[in-house]
Amino acid sequence: MAKRIEVKDLDIYYDKFLAVQGVSMTIQPRSVTALIGPSGCGKSTFLRTLNRMHELVPNARVDGKIFMDDDDLYGAAVDPVNVRRQIGMVFQRPNPFPTMSIYDNVAAGLKLNNKRLRKAEMDEVVERALSAANLWEEVKDRLPKPGSGLSGGQQQRLCIARAIAVQPDVLLMDEPCSALDPISTQAIEDLMLELKEKYTIVIVTHNMQQAARVSDMTGFFNLRGVGQPGELVEIDETTKIFSTPSKKATEDYISGRFG
Amino acid sequence: MPPSTTRPKAPKVPQRPGDRIFAGASTGAGVLILVVLAGVAAFLLVEAWPSLTAPAEDIPGGEGVAVYVWPLLFGTLISAVFALLIASPLAVAIALFITYYAPRRIAAGLGYLIDLLAAVPSIIYGLWGFTVLAPLTVEPANWLAENLGFIPLFAGPPSATGRTMLVAVIVLAVMILPIITAVVREAFRQTPRLHEEASLALGATRWEMIRMAALPFGRSSIIGASMLGLGRALGETMAVAIVLSVSGGVTFNLISSANPSTIAANIALQFPESSGIAVNTLIASGLVLFAITLAVNMVARAVINRRKEFSGAN
Repeated sequence: MAKRIEVKDLDIYYDKFLAVQGVSMTIQPRSVTALIGPSGCGKSTFLRTLNRMHELVPNARVDGKIFMDDDDLYGAAVDPVNVRRQIGMVFQRPNPFPTMSIYDNVAAGLKLNNKRLRKAEMDEVVERALSAANLWEEVKDRLPKPGSGLSGGQQQRLCIARAIAVQPDVLLMDEPCSALDPISTQAIEDLMLELKEKYTIVIVTHNMQQAARVSDMTGFFNLRGVGQPGELVEIDETTKIFSTPSKKATEDYISGRFG
Repeated sequence: MPPSTTRPKAPKVPQRPGDRIFAGASTGAGVLILVVLAGVAAFLLVEAWPSLTAPAEDIPGGEGVAVYVWPLLFGTLISAVFALLIASPLAVAIALFITYYAPRRIAAGLGYLIDLLAAVPSIIYGLWGFTVLAPLTVEPANWLAENLGFIPLFAGPPSATGRTMLVAVIVLAVMILPIITAVVREAFRQTPRLHEEASLALGATRWEMIRMAALPFGRSSIIGASMLGLGRALGETMAVAIVLSVSGGVTFNLISSANPSTIAANIALQFPESSGIAVNTLIASGLVLFAITLAVNMVARAVINRRKEFSGAN
């Protein structure tokens, strides 16, 4: 639980197109790492390489290494399905399964892992996940109702509950609040601060205040130039990035001079 | 303060001619469907009435309308239902293969091919069933009768020509396969990417993703497509009329030469040689077919609506 991720010289390609070049970083366990940067700089693409979701795009591939503790995520014998079982993901738009009840949504991942749990155990896991996602009180009386009946913020917390129900080592969040109102956003941010006690969290966000509020480390991605691949400009402690960044581009971006 | 009883007048919305014309045209089209449906039902009732009220011995067969129609109805249902049982799982499998498993180039070609198959006229299927498929089934039918004869479906004695209910069922299944496949494939193609990714990110394999995201999302389409296929199989005339060797009687035996006809095929075969009350009787059988088709559609609609709030449409 809560593992360290080590990225070494990662290049990400779509077919022959080099999208992101030369990313190296260490993501510490039990912390929130935020990735910021202008649109199209490859931060979401990079995030999706961490659980090998980018492979869903035909001909997408990577060069370089990603280690989770000592496991090579791109080792020859590694099944991406197993990687995704250890690394949970929350998406930009809340995406609970519309054909499933709230309960079944949370239980979906457990059923996938082929764990034959007894009803009582399953109930317990579902309650624990929903409580951890600060949603239990709001939905405990309507667990058999469809998840799509919840508000956007509740749906996103349901998705977080679904992701943490399987006790992943790492939780990836791809702009989890960009479709939510400020109140719901705050609920998710509070939740992140609680969840980092147990999980390694990586969040991509467009909202720099959000990065400053929730993260311990911040990485700034940028395009090297027009038509050039994206790169990690720098990664450092969040307080440092937002006060005295070491690169000029970072300072320009966080002070609103571009982007 | 008590709520006031006089409602404020709704502000007058200016009426634009374009809106009016469009509203009128779409309302008219909607009403037209009801009128046509009612017209068909009225025609069937009026024309069938004489045979329903006539003395039993005047009806072809001499034992009344119910006895005349029942074997036909049985033949219709058994051929259509078995055809559906073969076709719908196959159609879902083909649609899944095209959408999720086939390499992209093959998938596009296959998709066109399926659509093309749906456009083949039914008489062609009938000719194919009669000349090619029927002789081919003689041997397997013998084997079935010998080895699986204890199952009523294969009781035999097997037909020597192969013009059996089994062949009719297979021809019907082949006929309705493309239409079901085409509808189901369209549904799978529209499975939201978000839901596919949601399941994959949880660590679903491709098959698990299909079970979690694609199949539930396509569920109502699968039912709808099956009912569309069933409707086509129920009403199919020429293919069955050509393939099936008819001797009346009610039997589940699929491979013998004694088969019940179907309502539609029977009408096509008998109509040219009928007159007077016999025509009314045929129309009465048509009325039964109409009612069955209507019932099938209503049941399908009910099944789809039962889990509407889980459909993903909200």
